[in-house]
Amino acid sequence: MITIEKLYKSFDGMSVLTDISTQFEKGKTNLIIGQSGSGKTVLLKCILGLYDTDSGNIYFGERSLQKMDTSERSILRQEMGMVFQGSALFDSMTVEENIMFPMRMLTQKSPEEMLSRANEVIKRVNLINANKKLPSEISGGMQKRVAIARAIVMNPKYLFCDEPNSGLDPKTSTLIDNLIHEITKEYQITTVINTHDMNSVMEIGEKVLFLENGLKGWEGSNKEVFKTENETVGSFIYSSNLFKKVREVYQQEN
Amino acid sequence: MLSKVFTRFTRWSVMKELIIREVDSLIIRSIGIVSFISFFVGGVVAIQTALNLNNPFLPKNLIGFATRQSVILEFAPTFISVIMAGKVGSYITSSLGTMRVTEQIDALKVMGINTYNYLIFPKIIALLFYPFIITISMFLGIIGGYAASIYGGFCSSTDFIEGIQLDFIPYHVSYAFIKTAFFAFILATVPSFHGYFLKGGALEVGKASTTSFVWTSVLIIITNYIITQLLLTG
Repeated sequence: MITIEKLYKSFDGMSVLTDISTQFEKGKTNLIIGQSGSGKTVLLKCILGLYDTDSGNIYFGERSLQKMDTSERSILRQEMGMVFQGSALFDSMTVEENIMFPMRMLTQKSPEEMLSRANEVIKRVNLINANKKLPSEISGGMQKRVAIARAIVMNPKYLFCDEPNSGLDPKTSTLIDNLIHEITKEYQITTVINTHDMNSVMEIGEKVLFLENGLKGWEGSNKEVFKTENETVGSFIYSSNLFKKVREVYQQEN
Repeated sequence: MLSKVFTRFTRWSVMKELIIREVDSLIIRSIGIVSFISFFVGGVVAIQTALNLNNPFLPKNLIGFATRQSVILEFAPTFISVIMAGKVGSYITSSLGTMRVTEQIDALKVMGINTYNYLIFPKIIALLFYPFIITISMFLGIIGGYAASIYGGFCSSTDFIEGIQLDFIPYHVSYAFIKTAFFAFILATVPSFHGYFLKGGALEVGKASTTSFVWTSVLIIITNYIITQLLLTG
């Protein structure tokens, strides 16, 4: 579980996150939604420890991120997996090498053990015939799968995804969403996903945190988010014609 | 930045591969262009010297002497370093800058890796081999001067060889290599700084490469002046 208490973050005196408090539960897919510039990525980077916070606390279980020294943070980071928006695969390495990379850097496993574990996760994310290919030789959807495989190869306790569906077609987006959801359940990981995608909210949003101009605008589950009376959340969710139509049908049926 | 480069070391089995890769990218792949430029510039120095020796009382061995002095004291260590600021410096800045904008550096950080050590330390170690390139440059510069002098008919082989041995001061070679060591450090660190701390997107990668080249060249020229003042005028 990740607990955030009264988190504040600003850049050059400009407040980006104000008084954010929430909890992300273990074994659940927790979604952070909000408009561009609402502070989603900054919040995620604060949780990852890539940005120092101005005040407030972030707890990983009982451990406070703010009280950790460099070596403790290093240990914590080995419990984290991250899927970046652009996948962030290492260009000069093959798919297999990318996935084995965290093990090479952080474990004492033999090359055979690393290869065996890499093949296990490659199979888990349904990557076929891509082991020896470079990231530039595979599609965006496959790159996302490789990024997920690299993120879970060390059996992380925490999985973070920054807009995992960006640049993907709707069908592949759904496949990636379901893959992340299945992995979260299977390995009982605390998963936190930044997204704009309302399909993701519908499909896998067990906990949804809505950010508005750096403030917590709303939180609840995907079942609640579509019924909420909160106007800002409503206008964000129903901004597309597709979802407006869904709401009309829902209202007619009820 | 530098203090972080020399802490929390990456494990040796990985670092070894990184160093070998950087030696290949930064040193081995620069030999061709350095050899080409050195040979022809050495030739041009010899020709220019020969054309300026109008007085028949001046000995022809001055062509060899001037070529040796120019190549060893300035051309090989300084001029080649400015060229390397363009080749190696741009490569370092653009590769680190691209890693920054595509979030590969963040990916390394999230894994708990000391990115300063992982990315910059191998470049510093690889550039310890930089004097090797300068040695090649010195040798080929003088050979180029020799070839141009002989085939241009400016002096005899004996005159040129006599000239390159004339008043030879071994300390000048030491001075050249002391300069080279400083330039190597500048070549590894300044472009790394510009690439690592880049902000923005693809356009900024191009801008950072140019800025890095300018600053690396400026620092090389200033360092050259200071070291020359300290080592040769004392």
